[in-house]
Amino acid sequence: MRNVLKHLSSKDRRGAWIAFVVLAIVLLALPFFTDALFGRGWVRIMDFALLYIMLALGLNIVVGYAGLLDLGYIAFFAVGAYCYALLGSPQLGLHLPFWVVLPLGALLACIFGVLLGAPTLRLRGDYLAIVTLGFGEIIRIFLNNLNAPINITNGPQGISMIDPIRFGEFSLGNTHELFGLTFPSVHLHYYLFLLFTLLVIFISLRLEDSRIGRAWMAIREDEVAAEAMGINTRNIKLLAFAMGATFGGLAGGLFAGFQGFVSPESFSLTESITVLCMVVLGGMGNINGVLLGGILLVVLPEALRHGSGPAQQLLFGKTLIDPESLRMLLFGLALITVMLWRPSGLWPSNQRRRELVAENDTAQL
Amino acid sequence: MDTLLQQIVNGFVQGSVYAMVALGYTMVYGILGLINFAHGEVVMVGAMVAMSVIQLLIGSGLPPLLILLISLIISIVVCMTLGYGIERIAYRPLRNAPRLAPLITAIGVSIVLQNLAMMFWGREYHAFPSLLPNNSHMLSGAIITEVQLLIVFVALGMMGGLLLLMHRTRLGRAMRAVAENPSAAVLMGVNINGVIAITFMLGSALAAVAGIMVSANYGIVHYYMGSILGLKAFTAAVLGGIGNMRGAMVGGLLLGLIESLGAGYIGDLSGGFFGSHYQDVFAFFVLISVLIFRPSGLLGERVAERA
Repeated sequence: MRNVLKHLSSKDRRGAWIAFVVLAIVLLALPFFTDALFGRGWVRIMDFALLYIMLALGLNIVVGYAGLLDLGYIAFFAVGAYCYALLGSPQLGLHLPFWVVLPLGALLACIFGVLLGAPTLRLRGDYLAIVTLGFGEIIRIFLNNLNAPINITNGPQGISMIDPIRFGEFSLGNTHELFGLTFPSVHLHYYLFLLFTLLVIFISLRLEDSRIGRAWMAIREDEVAAEAMGINTRNIKLLAFAMGATFGGLAGGLFAGFQGFVSPESFSLTESITVLCMVVLGGMGNINGVLLGGILLVVLPEALRHGSGPAQQLLFGKTLIDPESLRMLLFGLALITVMLWRPSGLWPSNQRRRELVAENDTAQL
Repeated sequence: MDTLLQQIVNGFVQGSVYAMVALGYTMVYGILGLINFAHGEVVMVGAMVAMSVIQLLIGSGLPPLLILLISLIISIVVCMTLGYGIERIAYRPLRNAPRLAPLITAIGVSIVLQNLAMMFWGREYHAFPSLLPNNSHMLSGAIITEVQLLIVFVALGMMGGLLLLMHRTRLGRAMRAVAENPSAAVLMGVNINGVIAITFMLGSALAAVAGIMVSANYGIVHYYMGSILGLKAFTAAVLGGIGNMRGAMVGGLLLGLIESLGAGYIGDLSGGFFGSHYQDVFAFFVLISVLIFRPSGLLGERVAERA
């Protein structure tokens, strides 16, 4: 996927097409290979990886392009997920179809994004960070407590028996026989999520080189200068924020339909930090980098979960640190070290390189 | 009527804790212009260290006040070291970097501290040993414990001392000079790095005291206590006008009152729909409203809008 993107952006058409076809085949066959080699659990992990990548790409618009730190990004994921869960489960007795609920969740997340961004975006970025941090906590408090006196969210128990994603009679929750192949539910979700991920990548790519994308980057580099160039910084920042929130809501709806169960526990600050870490580690503002970060941060913790226990047993004779807190500790350290020594991430964006080149050109004039 | 007075007393006690933590935020912000996200975790570490020291000493037969003093000193020293370390590692190398960079390292530091604390002290809630006799006094219908009285007095004392330090000493003048204009302060021979380090250490010392106060008041310590407390204290700092020390004190007390009155009466006001478990939500709405209507805060003069 990364290769294709690189080629497409460099307009190297022939190489791009070959790589594209090869990659398409690999991506399509991937769940079957994984299933055969590592077991079905890993296909499920791949599904979650795709959801995380969607989230990371959404956050990348906010943090990477526009340079606004959003520490409660998972709240928009929660909004999307709960929207789907409430409108498509026995909880409220509503069973609206997937293609109504999903856009509704994305829209609702977008509205929340605007409501949250509007008061803070004319202030300094730090305020946005702390307000979003607060919002992330608040959403969880509401989800946890809106079960009494009227039971809306079912409190800490969460909402279960959520309708599977269904197109007409074709439910992604069941195993299907197509073209002589057996497609279990996780495989079907993989393809759906892949489709949405590609859509998000496509939108991000188109935005990156658009007028809006350039405005975002101008604001990131120097807000005063951007404003002087005639950019309506407040609206453009709000747009970035709303767009990021929309993607978050979209991923949330997909998550609810896939998981069949949502509870406030899934939307803690830890999750926001995980997504932020993907963006920062991979390379803020660079789609390839974000994809790399997303894949790394889903695969590594899984490896950690399987590897750290035995490794500690071997070294110390007992499990000193549970993998979950070890994971967060490493994420925190990664945030610090990346910012200190490699602020542009593992895979820096071309934009920054281009900016440097442009600077040299003007210097020569 | 009694409940009203009781809520006010509780709010005042809680507010003085907020004020102490808010001072740490506001001092750093005044000088560096950045929000020290890891400050809440310093409060937590202060409380945890004090708890451990008290647990170690409680069987030794020393008088309770002495134990309290020793734990206070140790936890202040630990927190000051921590504050210095945070500044040195996460902020100083990035002082001229884009704004986003120190924010992200600060988040990293706070995650690391939280998880280290969790590994060290465990996930569970710890009971904070009560050293002082749990006597309480009636104050025209409201109950106030001696611990709470102590909290209010210590907080007021420390805030007074801090104001004296800022306005009556050479160090305070240097701090104000750096806040006003760092490059001019350098030209006047102020050691900027030293001043900034001392600011962080002072803020962390206050955080340590606040951590002990809040855990003595509630009798509970937990590795996660820092983040929500930090959020509220930040709200208090913004409410009073961030960068303004008197503002942080006023904002802290006010936020404590708003929260305790709000939690006390929201049930009646909303017809039972919202209960007191929404207490943590008030600070957030206060924050949003202040940012909409008066971003410079109650006592802030400088406009908060800066590129």
